[in-house]
Formats: sequence, structure tokens, C-alpha cells
Amino acid sequence: MDRVLFGDNQFFGINHMSEEKARAQAIRFADIQEIIDLLDAAYDSGIHVFMCTTHDRIAEVCAHVRLHPERYSKLEFYPCMPYAHKYANAVTEHGTMEALKRFLPAEGALSALVRGGVSVARRDVEGMARLLIDAEMKMFSGLKTPVIFLQNVVTDLLLGMGIKDGFRIFADHVRDRYKAEPGFITMNMPRLLDVLEEVGIENPIVCANINKLGFRMCGGIELYEKAIASRKFRPVAMSVLASGAINPREAIEYVCRQKDIKSIVFGASSKSNILNTKRLIEEYSVA
Amino acid sequence: MVNVGLIGLGKMGLSHLAIVNTHPAVKLVGICDSASYLCSILHKYTGIEVFSNYREMLDKKSLDAVIIATPSRFHGEMVREALNRGLHVFCEKPFCLDVSDGLDLAELAERKGVVNQVGYHYRFVGAFNEAKRLLDAHALGRLHHVRVEAYGPVVLRPKGATWRSKGNEGGGCLYDYACHAIDIVNYLVGRPDAVSGTVLNRIFSRDVDDEVYATMHFADGMTGMIAANWSDDSLRRMSTQVTLWGTNGRMVVDRQEVKTFIRNAAGGAVAAKEGWDIRHTTDFHSDVWYYLRGEEYSAQLDHFFQCIVEGRRENISSFESAVQTDCVVSAMLQNAGEAWRQVDSGSRSPTLSPNGSGGFLSAVMGR
Repeated sequence: MDRVLFGDNQFFGINHMSEEKARAQAIRFADIQEIIDLLDAAYDSGIHVFMCTTHDRIAEVCAHVRLHPERYSKLEFYPCMPYAHKYANAVTEHGTMEALKRFLPAEGALSALVRGGVSVARRDVEGMARLLIDAEMKMFSGLKTPVIFLQNVVTDLLLGMGIKDGFRIFADHVRDRYKAEPGFITMNMPRLLDVLEEVGIENPIVCANINKLGFRMCGGIELYEKAIASRKFRPVAMSVLASGAINPREAIEYVCRQKDIKSIVFGASSKSNILNTKRLIEEYSVA
Repeated sequence: MVNVGLIGLGKMGLSHLAIVNTHPAVKLVGICDSASYLCSILHKYTGIEVFSNYREMLDKKSLDAVIIATPSRFHGEMVREALNRGLHVFCEKPFCLDVSDGLDLAELAERKGVVNQVGYHYRFVGAFNEAKRLLDAHALGRLHHVRVEAYGPVVLRPKGATWRSKGNEGGGCLYDYACHAIDIVNYLVGRPDAVSGTVLNRIFSRDVDDEVYATMHFADGMTGMIAANWSDDSLRRMSTQVTLWGTNGRMVVDRQEVKTFIRNAAGGAVAAKEGWDIRHTTDFHSDVWYYLRGEEYSAQLDHFFQCIVEGRRENISSFESAVQTDCVVSAMLQNAGEAWRQVDSGSRSPTLSPNGSGGFLSAVMGR
């Protein structure tokens, strides 16, 4: 895995600090060219991984990259699925079953599930999960996706409910069908590590908030630091700047001090911020 | 350990399931939904005991508390049944479609001496609590106006077959979005005494309102405006903002930020900075044991369980406070059918009234 990954929150009006800022970004990046320009800036600075949600608009980025294979010869995508609001809004609007129907490519899986009624078979559930993963992966067809992440809302929903097999189903399908490594985004890292170990997913790739402030690090910063230092997994740090609450130098210095962190993902909406953050990561990674 | 049963496995039910299941002081002993395929899957993958009938769960399991996350029209019956069995009850919002039902249940809960709470999670958002702290300390001076807005993407096309599209089941923007907005106003500045100029508009829905607008009138002369629209997909999720104006400044607060403009900070230790000051969620967020979608969803359930464990009777979002929100909703529903004032185009024309009777103002009936 690369050391520095470029994230996509800024493109979709996601800002954990300010709705105003989020809207301003959503307005700016309504123009796909703005997204591509920024992605180009990141790519040209030497960041060759774009870690992105399976949002409809990413399909446009994928199409652009497919059209220019030489320009992006080293570019890899780390898809993060699903874009949860798409499902949540559909469930609110249509109900669970109708929403599922809308997202499943084939009728078969769902009708098997409904027909099953009281005794739903495992193979039907797992088949449906695989179809949903495939639907999300469609937009990346022909592109490099060596790591595929499960988004935190789904990871943490499964984790909380105790659907431990869900992680196994995801990992197996991602490995078999896409020859990719499964990754898991979570807000509850220590608890997730226990469960991944329990279901036999070894040395997992786990992406979580890791920042000096302890912001959204469930279980507490000490437990996170201990886990990073002592457990066998590949941590990817996100939200390292805690949405701007920590100054960049201090933030990066802290994250790089956790020696076992493999990668750092960050989003930025200006070329200069991309360059500065990348430079800081390199500066503190050498020491 | 607190033994808990969960009724209803829709969007909120599943979210509660994940959060409750991880709470260190709680044992989730049963879940219940009428969708058998869903129960079957959950049982298979989690081992949790499932029921298709909630009375059967209440009969068979030894419970201390229930969480009710069914469509609103079932709340009354289920809450009453749980209270009669002496259980602590957490119920999703809106509490009751019928105000008198809600008043009875609040009273019954009080009589039974059980912990009772409604899922108004904004009361557990750090930024809104910081706003409340500032308002309670009169940082804005005497308040004269409050504006609350809630926008988000729920109904975006002329379709929809769920209970949310049926008014008599507690669907519609008024019940889904506006009651959150009303409740946070009640929490921050108290309940309005009357409402006027209520507009309940349909945009895409056939049977329910998609947007809600109204004026609120408070006891001390303060006024307020509410605007809610669930057909706005310029936002990726529901977004609620409260703006308050007082003799000493202005405050704008949402889930992420508290922005204050203080005219004169003299003598006020609560808001030191004059002029604009912006503080973010990172300044006043509190840690939770489990995070899913937002700290507030965990914090509200933690509050419920803490009240049970510690035997505390007061609650941040009690049945009684939720009924006050239902009272405002009810007043708005009545007010929406009341008189309009025709715009006088020069010729003499009388007042226009959509259904003939009624004044311009609807009193909020409550206790």
C-alpha cells in the first residue's frame, strides 16, 4: 500500500466542521472538471491512489481516467462502498424490500429471499451481498482497484449488530472476484480488530480516525495507540487533521509518530494544501 | 445488566440495534418486527432471539426496558402495553399522533415511576447543548426572534409506498422533519403559545405534506419562524439550523457549529468574545462507547440506560416534553386549515377563508 492516499470527502459536500464550508465545496465541485483538476494536482505531486466513495459522480471520474490510460498509468482506486446515503434515502422513500429491488441487478436473488420467507437460506443472503458489491464495483470496470473498502456506516452497523460473517463474505468476494485486498473503515477500531481476528481475517487493512485530538476514536486515544503499536494489522489513518481542528504540522507529526501506521488518507480542496500535507507526511515519515 | 427488547427494525430500529447491542451495561434479549425474512436473517447471523409479535416478546422475555421504533401510529398502543407491565420505555419520534393519547401516556409513565424517553436526538448534540448553555445564561440578552430550518432529501419524486407517505400513520414532512425542528426550539427557548400562518404544501407526495412553514408566538412576545422541506436534495442528509436574535446579539447553531455575534460581552463569562465567534463540534463533542452515524444516537441511548441504572426520574427528552412537541404539531395541523387574508387589489373584497371559519392564530393546547 502507498504511504499517501488522496480522499474524496471535499468533493461531496462532506465537512465535519462546517455546513457552510461543505456547501461551498459542493458548489465548486459540481463541475467535474474541478474534481479532475484537483485529482491531477494530487497525481502530479506523486499521490497515485484515489480512495473514493462509490458515489454516482465518481463514475464520471472513472470514465475520464479510462479515456486517458497513459495520463493515469500509475493511478489506482481504492473504492469505498457503499455510498450509504443512497441506500438510506431509498429505504426511507421506498421501504426496505423495494429499495433492495432497485439496487439489485437481477430479480432472482431477491425473489428467492422473499420466497424463503421465515427460513431465509444463508446462500441467498450471501448471493445478494455479492450482487450488491458487484453493482457498486461496476463503475471501476477496467481500472486498478487493489484495495476495496467497506464504508464505516456499514462496517459499524454489522459490527454493532454482531453480523460477523458479513466481514468474511465481503473479504472473500473482494479477493475472489476482484483479486483485491479487503479493507474496513470504522469509527470503532479496537472492537473491529477483535471481530476481524475472530472471523479469521488476518493482518487486515483497517482505516479509522487517528488524530491527536482523539476526535471520533471510540474506545479512546490510548487504546488506539496501543492497538497500533501491538496488533497485527495495517492501519490507514483518516481524519488526521480532525477536520482542521489541529494545525497541519502538529497533526502530521502526531500521526507519523505512530510508527506502525501504513498509510495516511487526506482530502484537500486546493493544490497548495495537497502539496503542503504531502510534504509534511514525507518530512515526518523519514525521521 | 439492563435487559432490553427492541420493537421495529426499520432504519432507526436497525441503528438502535447496533448501538444497544454494544452497550456495556445492556443485554439485548429480543428483537421484534413483522417482516419475517428480516428477523430470520438477523437471527441466523447474530443469534439474537426474534419475535414477529411484540406481545409475545413481552410475555416470554424478562425485560427491564423496551425500545419502540415502529411507525408512529403504533406508538400509543405499544407504549401503553409496556408501561402497564412496568417497563422503562424509549420511543421513537414523533411520540403520539393524538395529543390526548400522549398526555395520558406521559401521566401513566409518571405514575409507574419508570424512565421514559423519546428519540429527539438533537437534544444530545454537543453544539445544540452549547447553544442552550449560552441561552440559559442570557448571552444574547432578551430574545425576540428564533428561526428554525430543516431541509433534506427524502421525497424527491412523485412516488413512495411506505408509511412515511401516509398522513394517518405519522408520515409527511411535518411529522418526520418539522417535529425535530419544533422540538429543538422547545428545548432551546421553550414551547410557543400559538402558531399562525401555517402552510403545509405538497410537492411530490400525494397524501402528505412535503414542506411546512409557520409562524410561532411565544409568551414573552418573542416570535419564531419554522421552515421544513424534505424534498431538498441539495443536502446529502437532513440538516437543521436554528438562528436566534436577541437584544445582545445573534446566534446560528447547527449540528457542527455554534456561531455567535455578541454585541456586548461585558459581565458575561459565558461568551467572552464580542463580535463574531465560531466554534466547532470538535470543541464540545463528547466521547461515546460506540459510534454510528453521529455521537448523538449513542448519547441518547446511553442517557436512557444511565437513568435506569441510577434510578433517575428526570429525563432530557421525556414523554412529557415530547407531548409538548406533539401539541405544536397539532396546532399547526389545525392552523393550516384556517383563514387567509386576501391581498386587496384596490377593489373591496372580504377575508378569504379556505373552510369558512376560524381565526388567524391557533393556540397550542397542552398542559
